[in-house]
Amino acid sequence: MGMHNKSKSRLAGLGLLAWPGLAPAAWELDFQAPATQAAQTVIDLHDMMMIIIVVIFIGVFAVMFYSVFAHRKSRGHQAARFHDNTLVEIAWTVIPLLILIGMAWPATKALLNMRDTAQADITIKATGYQWKWGYDYLKGEGEGIRFMSLMTTPPEQIRGAAAKGGNYLLEVDRHLVVPVGKKIRVLTTATDVIHSWWVPALAVKQDAIPGYVRDTWFKAEKEGIYRGQCAELCGKDHAFMPIVVEVVSAEKYSQWVGAQKQQMAAAAGEGAKTYSLAELMSRGEKVYAANCVACHQANGKGLPPAFPALEGSKIAKGPVAAHIAIVLHGKPNTAMAAYGGQLGDGDIAAVVTYERNAWGNSTGDVVQPAEIRAARQ
Amino acid sequence: MEATHAHGAGHAHGDGHSHHPKGVMRWITTTNHKDIGTMYLWFSFAMFMVGGAMALIIRAELFQPGLQYVEPEFFNQMITLHGLIMVFGAIMPAFVGFANWMLPMMIGAPDMAFARMNNWSFWLLPPAGILLTASMFVPGGAAGTGWTLYPPLSIQMGIGMDMAIFAVHILGMSSIMGSINIVTTILNLRAPGMTLMRMPMFCWTWLITGFLLIAVMPVLAGAVTMILTDRHFGTSFFSAAGGGDPVLFQHIFWFFGHPEVYIIALPAFGVVSHVIPAFARKPLFGYTSMVYAIASIALISFIVWAHHMYVVGMPVAGQLYFMYATILIAVPTGVKVFNWVATMWRGSMTFETPMLFALGFLFLFTIGGFTGLVLSNTAIDVQLQDTYYVVAHFHYVMVAGALFSAFAAVYYWLPKWTGHMYDETLGQWHFWLSIISFNIAFFPQHFLGLAGMPRRIPDYALQFADFNQVSTIGAFGFGLSQLLFLYVVLKAIRGGEKAAAKPWEGATGLEWSVPSPAPYHTFEEPPVLAEAKGHA
Repeated sequence: MGMHNKSKSRLAGLGLLAWPGLAPAAWELDFQAPATQAAQTVIDLHDMMMIIIVVIFIGVFAVMFYSVFAHRKSRGHQAARFHDNTLVEIAWTVIPLLILIGMAWPATKALLNMRDTAQADITIKATGYQWKWGYDYLKGEGEGIRFMSLMTTPPEQIRGAAAKGGNYLLEVDRHLVVPVGKKIRVLTTATDVIHSWWVPALAVKQDAIPGYVRDTWFKAEKEGIYRGQCAELCGKDHAFMPIVVEVVSAEKYSQWVGAQKQQMAAAAGEGAKTYSLAELMSRGEKVYAANCVACHQANGKGLPPAFPALEGSKIAKGPVAAHIAIVLHGKPNTAMAAYGGQLGDGDIAAVVTYERNAWGNSTGDVVQPAEIRAARQ
Repeated sequence: MEATHAHGAGHAHGDGHSHHPKGVMRWITTTNHKDIGTMYLWFSFAMFMVGGAMALIIRAELFQPGLQYVEPEFFNQMITLHGLIMVFGAIMPAFVGFANWMLPMMIGAPDMAFARMNNWSFWLLPPAGILLTASMFVPGGAAGTGWTLYPPLSIQMGIGMDMAIFAVHILGMSSIMGSINIVTTILNLRAPGMTLMRMPMFCWTWLITGFLLIAVMPVLAGAVTMILTDRHFGTSFFSAAGGGDPVLFQHIFWFFGHPEVYIIALPAFGVVSHVIPAFARKPLFGYTSMVYAIASIALISFIVWAHHMYVVGMPVAGQLYFMYATILIAVPTGVKVFNWVATMWRGSMTFETPMLFALGFLFLFTIGGFTGLVLSNTAIDVQLQDTYYVVAHFHYVMVAGALFSAFAAVYYWLPKWTGHMYDETLGQWHFWLSIISFNIAFFPQHFLGLAGMPRRIPDYALQFADFNQVSTIGAFGFGLSQLLFLYVVLKAIRGGEKAAAKPWEGATGLEWSVPSPAPYHTFEEPPVLAEAKGHA
């Protein structure tokens, strides 16, 4: 598995040709600047194929256009009558076949390398949800870290009410942080529909299939922030679930892991506390904005019939237990996901409280984290 | 192939048969292959307009970043219906229409083998078209899954999805009946002496396409039925929670979907194999190898389906196999392109509109073929799967391939259908406007895909803005150019220079031995074929 010196220097050489900096410019004609050996290999393969294709194309159509020019009736050209030539026909069957075999060889090598996920330094699970990504660090440094990653581009920018920012549609609240030069194995799965985890600069694209786990890997050669998007149509907000990978040095990565562990320890203690209605409402509004607005809308009116209203709904005004259950477990065959695995007890308690008291639903119910923990049993 | 027609030109039966219904009943009850062909073609054109309008909604929304005109849900419905309508409503019926009109005349048959079933296969289409289009207006709207209808997303959809499923069922029945009819006609109703290897190339392409359709339409029907039962009857073919697998659907769908590409492309090859020899005034080069190339393309098309699924996570051995098999398709496809160029070589060419469209087809279809070769390479495809590169690729194959060939066919046969020559100047305008605007619309999409723009998104990051703008301008140009086509066709129907029985100097085949317009009934007695050395 030598990350060969030759390839490394090739990668550096290409850096000279690539764009200045990482911010992609307009009128781009080619692949994004590669950040992994695999991405570089794809570019090399593509360049090779383009050269062969362009040569053949020019050859064939030079003949055709010469013919169009020279063998026209208006120039008095008389039609020949030939309609067969076995030798020529065998030649133009066999020669392309040989060229294709020549193409298949490097393609095979590249693919075998791309699919070799063995001996990873860090394993991370990426879970696709409608419409966000969740990350679990399963193995290696940072094991146990888990968080959701949501697009932060504000709706005003999308709707044209505000100027569009630099990383329009490609910015998230929490980056997937990984160390440079380490083999990162990414397991992909999903909870609702098929998504696809794609970061062009890393040459990684793997479908995330509900109920199944697939894997892929990358080893970033240089630090930086690499942006991608969901690549499989997954419903309404398919365009709005970007992926941002932040590649940092080993030291920075260790610092980041330390900070995450501290935060998680702090969050773990919240289950025993009791909160006031006002506290839960303000926290619930934030949780709602991050997880629920896409379907149920900020005004709670939803987008019926696919996405029902919560304002005055039987669930939000009915028994608390049923309300908690649907948030925890979702509703099969609909876009309503199971949030039990995505949100902590505190967040679920807050959002259920919020939904039961916002938009004139004023049930006055206050749901505490302890109730959620009990409902999970 | 020269023929002496058993009937004189004066023997033509007019529309004035006393026993034949008039007005709208003529069209509803007709069993005449020419009437049915005409209806297929008008239906196809109507659906082409509907699907085209949807494409323009898509392109209008993509003119700039941000959400301007439509909501994302509606955008997804538009891409779904655009795909389904163009594939099943526009392109396929167009070529069935050509088959109806021309196959019996090419082989010297009086009509299709099953004339009544022929009527039924057409009249299934309008209800299906209405179901599909009307699904936009039901609660929840049409399916927003893309034309591939992948579950579990398609399980989440509303009643619009069920309407799409039934529409696909009906369209499938129509296609199966149509292709049984075509296969039977070609195998049984050829004029005495017309052996298979003396048959015009359009008949060969349709014979093989017919078999492809019979083989794969039931597969698609099965796949969508499984979605239907997953949605309503608690089966879980495609749900892991019930022991199923979402990827199973993709395998079944593409087992239909890849041959479908050739169902669309092969008859297009057939048309071009008539037009190029006619305007090069030289017989088709390599008839035998053409037949073998078509047959091998058809066979290989059954064993390459999972190249649409390189990133679903199949074993690497599977990826390698599908890559090699896919690369193999380039060989027979190359043979066809070389044969067409060799047909032109040392011919005596003129460039009327049908020839222009055939050459446009050849040039652009080759680009689409080459990008297909790029995509067949699994490592590269990982970067390009589900991007605009793929959108560009299949529009080069479907639009510049199938549609341009369909235009070539219409201009080539219009004199035979209407008895009038079309307006050559306007026809050529139509060609140049189409080919230029097509390339403005779709060539930049290669760059968008390479640079990382996913397909099926209503909004995109800022670096994709410029090429999207160009693409939208091209798409509107392309859409508007087709109104000119409608005008040229209507003008030719209403009048124009009288067309001779054989209006094209280099055209060969039995269809040119009957007068223009072709009488209502032709070849009531089989023609006598003159000994011919060359092929049609």
